[in-house]
Amino acid sequence: MKKSLNFVILTLVSTLGWGQLAGASEGSQFIYKMPELNQRNKASLQRGAKYFMNYCSGCHSLGHLRYQQMAEGIGLVDDQGKVMDAVLKANLMFTTDKMGDHIVSSMLPADGKSWFGTKVPDLTLETRIRGPEWVYNYLLSFYADPKRPWGTNNAVFKDVAMPDVFTSIQGIQMPIKEIVGHDPDQRPIEAIVGFDLVVPGELTPAQFQSAMYDLVNFLSFAADPKKLQRERIGVIVLLFLVIFTVFAYLLKREYWKDVD
Amino acid sequence: MSQAWNGFMRWIDARLPVTEFTRKHLTEYYAPKNFNFWYYFGSLSLLVLVIQLMSGIWLAMNYVPTDTQAFASVEYIMRDVPYGDILRYMHTTGASAFFIVVYLHMFRGIIYGSYREPRELIWILGVAIFLCLMAEAFFGYLLPWGQMSFWGAKVITSLFGAIPYVGESLMTLIRGDYSVSGATLNRFFALHVVALPFVLVGLVIIHLAALHEVGSNNPDGIEIKAQKNAEGIPVEGIPFHPYYTVKDLFGVGVFLIAFCAVLFFMPEMGGYFIEHPNYVPADSLVTPEHIAPVWYMTPFYSILRAIPNKLVGVAAMGASLAILFVLPWLDRSPVKSIRYRGVLYKSFLAMFVVCFLGLGYLGGQPPTPVKALFAQAFTVGYFAFFVLMPFYTKRDKTKPVPTRVTK
Repeated sequence: MKKSLNFVILTLVSTLGWGQLAGASEGSQFIYKMPELNQRNKASLQRGAKYFMNYCSGCHSLGHLRYQQMAEGIGLVDDQGKVMDAVLKANLMFTTDKMGDHIVSSMLPADGKSWFGTKVPDLTLETRIRGPEWVYNYLLSFYADPKRPWGTNNAVFKDVAMPDVFTSIQGIQMPIKEIVGHDPDQRPIEAIVGFDLVVPGELTPAQFQSAMYDLVNFLSFAADPKKLQRERIGVIVLLFLVIFTVFAYLLKREYWKDVD
Repeated sequence: MSQAWNGFMRWIDARLPVTEFTRKHLTEYYAPKNFNFWYYFGSLSLLVLVIQLMSGIWLAMNYVPTDTQAFASVEYIMRDVPYGDILRYMHTTGASAFFIVVYLHMFRGIIYGSYREPRELIWILGVAIFLCLMAEAFFGYLLPWGQMSFWGAKVITSLFGAIPYVGESLMTLIRGDYSVSGATLNRFFALHVVALPFVLVGLVIIHLAALHEVGSNNPDGIEIKAQKNAEGIPVEGIPFHPYYTVKDLFGVGVFLIAFCAVLFFMPEMGGYFIEHPNYVPADSLVTPEHIAPVWYMTPFYSILRAIPNKLVGVAAMGASLAILFVLPWLDRSPVKSIRYRGVLYKSFLAMFVVCFLGLGYLGGQPPTPVKALFAQAFTVGYFAFFVLMPFYTKRDKTKPVPTRVTK
């Protein structure tokens, strides 16, 4: 009994640990460390929704999320828990869509393909595909590059087709490059290790990072809007199961007293 | 009240042998009293089968099996269907839980010699269930219609094309089209929801029927039916109900704690239970950077990839599964259980476990020349465990087996 109990505990602990480890060891080192995301921070989600609608929704859709669900999730509800339609419509809805509709960009997919050379992705699940840390660093890593069609490039996604939409609030930055090694022909390999702000924007760098955190927090919510509800139910379920298992064990022990 | 119930049961029993069945398979079915931790996984497999069937039925109520709507219908279930996210995660966590539980169940069979005479057929049926389970998981994985779903299906169905003469036609027949498409999705849906569940449930029933015919093995590998008391009941046996029903209930509790902890708090399991590229809708024009099967198929995928020739690789992968069927006849040892086996067997078993885990790890990694060498070495080790078994089990120095079970 003792040996098998140890085995069970070891398996459970290593399973939990493995999950964390596997998630953490994703790809290369990022320049920026993102603070922990928190779906409970409704103010952050609301700011993130604002940034999304202002800077992203012109081209990107959140095609699996409905306006109604978004409003409920970011806390745009009154005391009775009813969605504040008027506030939502005035601030976060720019098209003729209704509350129950999915959040679809008004840019036609065909136009997007011809203007940018590639399909403009839907962002509902982006933080699940790339990971929130990747998206956070991506948003912070646009820099000026005269060789590109839009005049900008990205340190996380080389030669990305998307232009820098944040020049008004972030400003314009230049990359700081460092030699990190040499290739087989002894040519130096450069990597971007930081940025130099050459033209300031409306926000300070700290404020801009905070804004991008809000945006990633919101995108992470869009990818999994039921997370908080699920975790609430999970706590109750696990509590029940622990009590159940204790009683099941006691019952087993009582019955098995007959067996030598 | 009791009289009315007895009358009711007499009416039923005259038409369907319910009471007789209950006696024969539960209250007067005698199982060895020394079952340990390894013996939970059979009943847990049955539990997970039921979880998959139930969650699958409710998912099928809202899932749309067409290439244009499948991906969106899964997101619809995740967001718009009440508790749909929990249903979906039940099914994905259940799929991985099924393989964890089944692998441990099979390992129990190996270490205690539960495949030995007279239980060869139980083992063979079990291997058949395992193969059906792999097929069921493979068909099911296409249904979300993500990038990994599509490209994984493309790779595995293309393996059939390697078979000489009939390969191309067979591949087209399985796919329902010249490439993996909506037609493939439709037929895999039918196979996953209707055909294979029927086959699985049928196989599980006869697996249990075969077990009940000969009775369970036990950790000491001795036959409890050899020692019966005056009433003809094995002295080392206890009725399955209530002793093992109540013990398995505890096992179910522990399992569900782990299962629900994953389901509610970390259903993706770092990308191992739900793979990140699968959140991108399938695109036949964009190949993912790294195509890998889900973790439970990686050992066999590793064997396939270890051999440079496609047809030989397919044959090796097939052989690695087929060899399981003949295990009862490879083992020439006079003892059943690992408890009484010698150093030779234990060394080979340890090597087998290392090779299997190593193959599993490598199967999920992108291939490099060094990793390919390791995969080839592990493949040799995997097959060596079986192929050399007739020789090392005969030469193995075994310990004397007791007449009565130990704790």
